[in-house]
Amino acid sequence: MDTAKLEFFRGTLDVLILKALIWGPLHGYAITKLIRRQSDDALLLEEGTLYPALWRLENKELLDAEWGFSENNRKAKFYRLTAEGRRQLRHEVKTWEAYAAAVAKVLGATQPPLPEEVA
Amino acid sequence: MTPNPLWRRYARISGPDPAADVKDELSFHLQAKIDDLVTQGWSPETARHEAERQFGNVRAVQQIGARIGEKMERRKRLQDYWTDSLQDVRYTFRTLRRDPGFTVISILILALAIGANIAVFSVVNTMLLRPLPFPDSRQLVWIAPRPTACGLSCATYSADAYEEFREQSRVYQDVTGYMAFTTADNLRLTGRGEPEPATGFEVIGNFFQVLGVQPAMGRLFTPDEARGGLHPVALLANPYWRRQFASDPAIVGKAVELNGTPVTIVGVLPDSFDFGAVFSPGSKVDLFTPLDLNLERDWGNIVTLIGRLKPSVTVAQALDDANRVAPNIYFNVKYPQTLGRYKGDLIPAPLKDYVTGKLRRSLIALWCAVGAILLIAGVNLSNLLLARAVARAKEFAVRGALGASRGRIVRQLLMESLVLSSAGAALGLGLALMLIAWLAHQGSFALPLLGSLRIDGQALGWTVLVAVFTATIFGLLPGIRIASGNLQEMLKDSGPGAGLGRKHERVRAALVIFEVALACVLLVSAGLLLRSFVKVLDVDLGFQPDRSASIKVDYDESAPTEEARQAKRGEIFQQIIARVSALPGVEAAGISDYLPLGPNREWDTPVPKGKIFSPGELPDPLVYVITPGFVRALGIRMHGRDFTWADGPHSERVVLINASAARVYWPGEDAVGKILMRGNEEDRVVGVVDDVHEETVEGGTGSQIYYPAMQQGPSGAQLVIRTSLPPATLAASVLRALRELNHKQPSAEFRPIQTIVDRAVSPRHFFMLLVAAFAGLGLLLAALGIYGVISYSVTQQAQAIGIRMALGASVGHVQRHVLAGTLQLAFSGMVLGTLLALAVARLISSLLFATSSWDLPTYLGMALALLLVAAVSGYIPARRASGVNPTEVLRSN
Repeated sequence: MDTAKLEFFRGTLDVLILKALIWGPLHGYAITKLIRRQSDDALLLEEGTLYPALWRLENKELLDAEWGFSENNRKAKFYRLTAEGRRQLRHEVKTWEAYAAAVAKVLGATQPPLPEEVA
Repeated sequence: MTPNPLWRRYARISGPDPAADVKDELSFHLQAKIDDLVTQGWSPETARHEAERQFGNVRAVQQIGARIGEKMERRKRLQDYWTDSLQDVRYTFRTLRRDPGFTVISILILALAIGANIAVFSVVNTMLLRPLPFPDSRQLVWIAPRPTACGLSCATYSADAYEEFREQSRVYQDVTGYMAFTTADNLRLTGRGEPEPATGFEVIGNFFQVLGVQPAMGRLFTPDEARGGLHPVALLANPYWRRQFASDPAIVGKAVELNGTPVTIVGVLPDSFDFGAVFSPGSKVDLFTPLDLNLERDWGNIVTLIGRLKPSVTVAQALDDANRVAPNIYFNVKYPQTLGRYKGDLIPAPLKDYVTGKLRRSLIALWCAVGAILLIAGVNLSNLLLARAVARAKEFAVRGALGASRGRIVRQLLMESLVLSSAGAALGLGLALMLIAWLAHQGSFALPLLGSLRIDGQALGWTVLVAVFTATIFGLLPGIRIASGNLQEMLKDSGPGAGLGRKHERVRAALVIFEVALACVLLVSAGLLLRSFVKVLDVDLGFQPDRSASIKVDYDESAPTEEARQAKRGEIFQQIIARVSALPGVEAAGISDYLPLGPNREWDTPVPKGKIFSPGELPDPLVYVITPGFVRALGIRMHGRDFTWADGPHSERVVLINASAARVYWPGEDAVGKILMRGNEEDRVVGVVDDVHEETVEGGTGSQIYYPAMQQGPSGAQLVIRTSLPPATLAASVLRALRELNHKQPSAEFRPIQTIVDRAVSPRHFFMLLVAAFAGLGLLLAALGIYGVISYSVTQQAQAIGIRMALGASVGHVQRHVLAGTLQLAFSGMVLGTLLALAVARLISSLLFATSSWDLPTYLGMALALLLVAAVSGYIPARRASGVNPTEVLRSN
């Protein structure tokens, strides 16, 4: 499968960002790197789209932002999960898993469904 | 990573900048990427290109970021503002609690001023701004000629004219009217114990339909009933139904006895419909019966006209239409020569103007008066706050030093004034509620719509507006003064004699002068209105209202012929008068069908015998049908002779005329003994009476003619007695005497004639009272203002005073010095105020009666009152100043 072609479903990016921040505060660049590494380079996002998503989450108060210094001492904006963000992540993960399971069930079917009784 | 790194504070020292933050964030991302690529072996140049390629559209992302950032920033500011405001409120409550004297006085001042404003707004709103209480009331017009000297008869139309007008006009949905010549207690409700008086108006059948009034119970009149149907019917006014019939839910369909005739109640009108409030202020109307126009055809002008215009027809169009129609209208279709008699006399005007138009100027003046009160109160508060602000200068300086911005301090001050004015408004609303409830039940004030006075949503809205406005005017000035002052200086020295204190004192003195000037204007206006009112009470009415009283008399004159009726009537009246005159304390008694200052009518145009006048030159005199004794009972001066009982149906026809009529008929001659011709009928003038004010106390008088009740038909009987006792004490014995003669006599109201006069002048009385009350309030507030400033400056100058006393100044000297300061303030205010008052007095000159707007006594009185009040408010601090103990003051600083 061509990894570069793997596109994001709408809303997927949000949940990935929330997940990325579960281990602690990160700046935007670190988030892109983390997502790429954890997906074994399978998910390649256009980096520019990350930021509007971050700001939207910040605006919704799922994230908290603070300025600080990066590992090589540059001024960077760090994002952190809020309590609300954590709750949202749990919820999204559940939804995602249920969705994925349902899709998998359909895709993994080996025979057509039994005909339904028509009243 | 530190929570709020120091460099961030410096980087954004001029305030948050979301766009720059976005730029920083994105450039960090690109730089980090480039670093990584370079470590992977890319050349710096290609690394930058690769980083930008992977990122995508940097500018678009930046724009999105700036937009989101700004939105967040706005929200944050709002949140901050809210938390700050809550903090301010808490802080305000703390400071106000610490200074209860100041708090209570300010709230009281504000409550009085705002309460007065709410109450007057409600009055203005009810009478002037709000539409009349009918659906689409803007379509309603009152059709009447221009006011003339011949009273109600010249303000009404004949039955034929009504019908022709209704038929020929094209601009109306419908036209209606009511019988104008109705006096109070004109009906007698019998068959339910003692006969009870009732006031019933005859209305044209479609009256309620045209006004858009729906019955609360039952139905309105049907066209049949309006044409003199077989069964007499009536509609009850809601208060009468509740009072007289104990809110009987089954009243519809029942019959009651009116003047001995059974009448079926077909419906009860809603409580919201108050005929008296709209058409006849100060009177109550109990029931309505349909007017049978056929019975009234030969009676001349009897109905008023009220039209409902078609939608989108203007009053100007209606006037054009009326002018088109007028020449084709007969006074009486039986007489062709009466065609076109109403030319130019059919003038539609908005009903609202008819009802309250006369009050417009008074109401506006009243509104301005309370506006001035509000300004005075605002200035007063401003002054108090300014004094406090100076005393609190240190507090503000400390807050400033701790990082509070000036805006923040001004906001804090505004919050204080807002809290004060809100409390004042709440209390004021309570005061206004009481005042309005009281006013609404003052039936003795003949003002339209007074009964529907109430505090409604609009009044509440006005309250909020006034509270915020007041808070702004009195909170802003101290705020600005504080904010523009040098906080450092305040911190260094806020003791007495500090430069800022001096400057503040000048501002405060200017405010007091302004306040005194406004109080001056109010006092002068009130003074002029008071003088006018006194002048009105002094008007020679042509009769003497004191010690005389009247009661509506019921009598039965039924007889087969007109002549027999006249004879019977004469006998009954003579009996009544003989009986009543015999009562102890009664000096004179007489009967008239109409009393002065009430409804009236004219009949025709008598011509002095042997003289020729051009048409239109002779007046239509007002007609009164009276008995012997009436002239004396009402206290009308006359020469010649009064009627006697010998002036019967068969003797010579005699009349009395008033001086005005005599001057027109026989200028320069004595009218007594002369003959007046009415058609072919000759009437000998046997006496000339003084002019009686027939319609208004303030207006002039026209021609009047008096006929004896034994020769002409009166339309009712008002017994008037003159007594040496207080009139009210005779009520019972007079009624008993009448009952003995006629058991059907209802217990009608025994009215001192003075109450009729009082009612006639009651609108002026009403406005005079209110303006005088507001002027008193203004004076009180001005006094408080003067006291505040002088008292404060004495406190501030305690040290200087102490030194002067130590150096040998006497107590009297110190007192004189303080008083001189006070009077200087008052005097400056008075000079400014007199100039303002002269301008204002010219504006209200149309409200004055026989009083010049330059009336010297008023201005002198105002000056005296103000100086007196100023002296008192200066004397208290002056005494305190002279009580200063030099050693103590000097030691304390």
